[in-house]
Amino acid sequence: MDPRRGPLAVPKVRRVGFFTSIEPSPETPRPNRSLSGPAEAITSSSPLSDSPSGQFISPVQIPPSRHHSDNLASRAAPVPVPGPSAFRRQLANDRTLHVGSYNPVDSLLGTSPPSSNGEVSEDSGSLFGFQRSDSAKLSASFPNGGFDMTVAVRAPGESEAKVATASTSDGRKKNVEASGESESVATKPRKEKETRSLKEKTSKAERRAIQEAQRAAKAAAKGEGSKRAGESSRPKPSKPAKQPQPKKEAPQVTSSVSEKRAVSVEKERRMDVPQTQMQYDDKSRVDKAKRRSVVEQTESKNKVELFLHLPQYERGNQLPNLSSNIFTLDTIHHAVYKVGLQHLAGDIAGDNARCIAMLHAFQEAINDYTTPPMKDLTMDLTAKINGYVSFLIECRPLSMSMGNAIRFLKNQIRKLPVDLSEPEAKASLCSEIGRFIDEKILLADKVIVQHAVTKIRDGEVLLTYGFSCVVEMILLYAHEIGRKFRVVIVDSRPNLEGQKLLRRLVTRGLDCTYTHINAVSYIMGEVTRVFLGASSIFSNGTLYSKVGTACVAMVANAFSVPVIVCCEAYKFHERVLLDSICSNELGDPDAIANVPLRNNKKHSKTMDNNKNLQFLNLMYDSTPAEYISMIVTDYGMIPPTSIPVIVREYRREDLLL
Amino acid sequence: MPDVQSTVLEFVNKLRKRKIEGSQSTAKCTVEILRSVISQQRVPHSNQASALIDAVKAVGEQLVAANPVELAVGNVVRRVLHIIREEDLSLATAAMAGLDLLDASDDDGEDDNCRGVGYSAMSAAVAAAAARSTLRPPSLQTLLEGTPESAAVPYTSSSGADSESKTADKSSITRKLKHDVIEGVNHLILEISGCHEQIAEQAIEHIHQNEVILTLGSSRTVLEFLCAAKEKKRSFRVFVAEGAPRYQGHLLAKELVARGLQTTVITDSAVFAMISRVNMVIIGAHAVMANGGVIGPVGVNMAALAAKKHAVPFVVLAGSHKLCPLYPHNPEVLLNELRSPSELLDFGEVSDCLDFGAGSGSPLLQVVNPTFDYVPPSLVSLFITDTGGHNPSYMYRLIADYYSADDLVM
Repeated sequence: MDPRRGPLAVPKVRRVGFFTSIEPSPETPRPNRSLSGPAEAITSSSPLSDSPSGQFISPVQIPPSRHHSDNLASRAAPVPVPGPSAFRRQLANDRTLHVGSYNPVDSLLGTSPPSSNGEVSEDSGSLFGFQRSDSAKLSASFPNGGFDMTVAVRAPGESEAKVATASTSDGRKKNVEASGESESVATKPRKEKETRSLKEKTSKAERRAIQEAQRAAKAAAKGEGSKRAGESSRPKPSKPAKQPQPKKEAPQVTSSVSEKRAVSVEKERRMDVPQTQMQYDDKSRVDKAKRRSVVEQTESKNKVELFLHLPQYERGNQLPNLSSNIFTLDTIHHAVYKVGLQHLAGDIAGDNARCIAMLHAFQEAINDYTTPPMKDLTMDLTAKINGYVSFLIECRPLSMSMGNAIRFLKNQIRKLPVDLSEPEAKASLCSEIGRFIDEKILLADKVIVQHAVTKIRDGEVLLTYGFSCVVEMILLYAHEIGRKFRVVIVDSRPNLEGQKLLRRLVTRGLDCTYTHINAVSYIMGEVTRVFLGASSIFSNGTLYSKVGTACVAMVANAFSVPVIVCCEAYKFHERVLLDSICSNELGDPDAIANVPLRNNKKHSKTMDNNKNLQFLNLMYDSTPAEYISMIVTDYGMIPPTSIPVIVREYRREDLLL
Repeated sequence: MPDVQSTVLEFVNKLRKRKIEGSQSTAKCTVEILRSVISQQRVPHSNQASALIDAVKAVGEQLVAANPVELAVGNVVRRVLHIIREEDLSLATAAMAGLDLLDASDDDGEDDNCRGVGYSAMSAAVAAAAARSTLRPPSLQTLLEGTPESAAVPYTSSSGADSESKTADKSSITRKLKHDVIEGVNHLILEISGCHEQIAEQAIEHIHQNEVILTLGSSRTVLEFLCAAKEKKRSFRVFVAEGAPRYQGHLLAKELVARGLQTTVITDSAVFAMISRVNMVIIGAHAVMANGGVIGPVGVNMAALAAKKHAVPFVVLAGSHKLCPLYPHNPEVLLNELRSPSELLDFGEVSDCLDFGAGSGSPLLQVVNPTFDYVPPSLVSLFITDTGGHNPSYMYRLIADYYSADDLVM
């Protein structure tokens, strides 16, 4: 919202995704709430029965993020939303967080089933897993929180924050007693109204008293019943890979720092965000970069004119040379160097794999790092990382997601408190990186799988393009849980990644059809859903993915087949992109020139040095948002128009990264 | 006769084994075979036209059955039938004009016309309109019957002139029909082999300086078209999609480069990415259906959709032998041909994970490798045929000129 309002202005409701409100209560504009959030929140008071039955979490649910405010707000989306005061309370929680008191109860609650008033620890690792396993209960438990309505009023002040804290801890205690209780929503609208009118009349304290009384009464009345029901009706997916314990100091650190610089950070981010790609048609800059570079790339002779702004290098000739001096190089850490070479050689494919490899290398590099005398860790380490990054770029242009990960790392370095000793700082950074990998990539994938699998029904024919590990996980999981479906794998030259996927799926016993991209309009007639992976999604909804994705999406659109894009939220990017020309990566042209033809294999080779003939090996293309029906991310299932919302809202509070 | 029979069989075999590729060469071979069939056919004294028609039809059915997706065969057979009918008709009218009624031919014409009347009123009306527009003076018969046979064709005038000149010696009329027909077929052969030049002549009107053209598949018509523009000193660049399993784009690119054109080979998947920088898509058709839809090399539909999305003109080059009088139904499947999976996937690569056990139900792995793609008329901006440029909506009319309604169902 309005950046001038400062970070602690009235909290906003983040409602992204689809909402299954069965009885959409009429929008009741509330005059005393000029700000968008709460008023919106009441509108989605869907009954509890709507909460996911059985094995699936609600498709409309937005998983919680690290911060309280987001937790509540976003989780509030699909379930009966408690009304404004919940957010107030939330705000209060935020406060306690900012003050820096680390409440052990928080983590306790975070790892255990959620408390009835909907509070969760902000501790990261557990959240997705928690959200998945407990969604039913979560939604069930929510309304309770809803009667906290009157806790706080506008104009948050410190005293109020304290009051709120008290109230919430009260709530917590009660929750421990009757945890997991829930209530039917039938009574809710009435109560909501009641409380609303109450609020107008009563003072803060009075309201709080009333509300506490209500809550106590409810707790007594409800008991355990619904908890059991919720428990039995839902299967337990695998536990989240990582528990939050090792993260203790991190949120504290970040929040206290961000508190101080909240505004300036915003600006700074603006500054460092657009790490615009170097334009390779800018002669002087290219020369400058070349002088510094470690990797000596020979420029390809036969450049495609349209893509002069992208690096066009000959491939494969510098690799042996580079791999020989892996141990002699001192400017670049050997782990990073190794990853760079792997990128160069194409041993690591796939955005997630590349990103994880890079982060692991950085982790190692940070572990081995010692601050030189007379230097500041923050400054020096950032410079070091910059050096590594530019080396990696020389090896292969970074993908958008890697750019995001690097930005995350730099942010973490910048936010390190000055008084932290070096080993502590290093440990904190390493654990942050580990958390990023676990939470933003691995767990996000699991959440996406859980979401996407709800979209697969028996008898469907699913089409996928190329190889996307998330899509593979989805297909395998759907097969595992007994869905009967057929998979169409569309592949394209020169990488033929689809064959890898085909192999894996066939081995697991899935029914597969394999074809090439040209035949996509032949096969599309029988397809009922298209699942696509993504390399990045830009904030205008443009999907930036492996070349050919746009073709598949377009044909699917022409055949009125829904296109579902699976993408982890850390790949979202606030850039905008209209075409596939301005920002792209060029692969090895020889890969195209070499055609697996039996009879005239060499027909292109002979023409190689003809300057009239060029081979263009585009790596990515951009799919316009209009072809995308839905994006499945770890924040839920959203339309492409919601990408800027997610990027904006979550990025602002460092939640996305 | 046995001689013809064996050549027909040989050709049928070739068609069946898909040894002949490309609609132009197929069409040419078909015409030549039909010509020899006609010339070898012993013509009875009476009812010669129907005898010829029967003979051509018999052979034509064999050929069409040998490769039903090669629509050019059927087209050419229909064209030849049309020629026979028309020659017959012109002879008959000439005879009528000379008030020398020959029972045989008249009966035959009557016969045909009765059948022709059975066809839709539309084609009759259209044909009548066309008949009026032809150079030939409207005879009583054409006015009354309005048969499609009299529809205009490029060589109507010439054959009309022929018959005009030959009405004089009515005694040789029995031999003349066959002679005229063979002459007409020769015309057809010339037309088929010359369609490239005819189409290429128009290139200069459609390609401007610095144009960026996307094409896919390997089509001789496209090659000639682009080269004709190049020869006229237009400089432009060509993107060629490689055409995945068969890589015919590489062949085209090679030839284009040999002729000095700026050529860039792209993968098929990059078609959408590149289309925004392309000024025109030019493809060669495999067949053009009566509704204006196009059967083209696989991947064409994708390019057409992308072109439509970016408002890039999608131009189809088609010789007249590719104009098919049929209306397609589900052409993606029915007018398609699935080629060997080995072009896509090496069997060895997945053989180890396939379950060959008996009773394991349906095969787990299917590989789809179609040859053709169908582009609906709404995606086509322009057809360029040897008679000029046409809208997709006009194709049915153009086609009606070339075929007689009697032959649509063979």
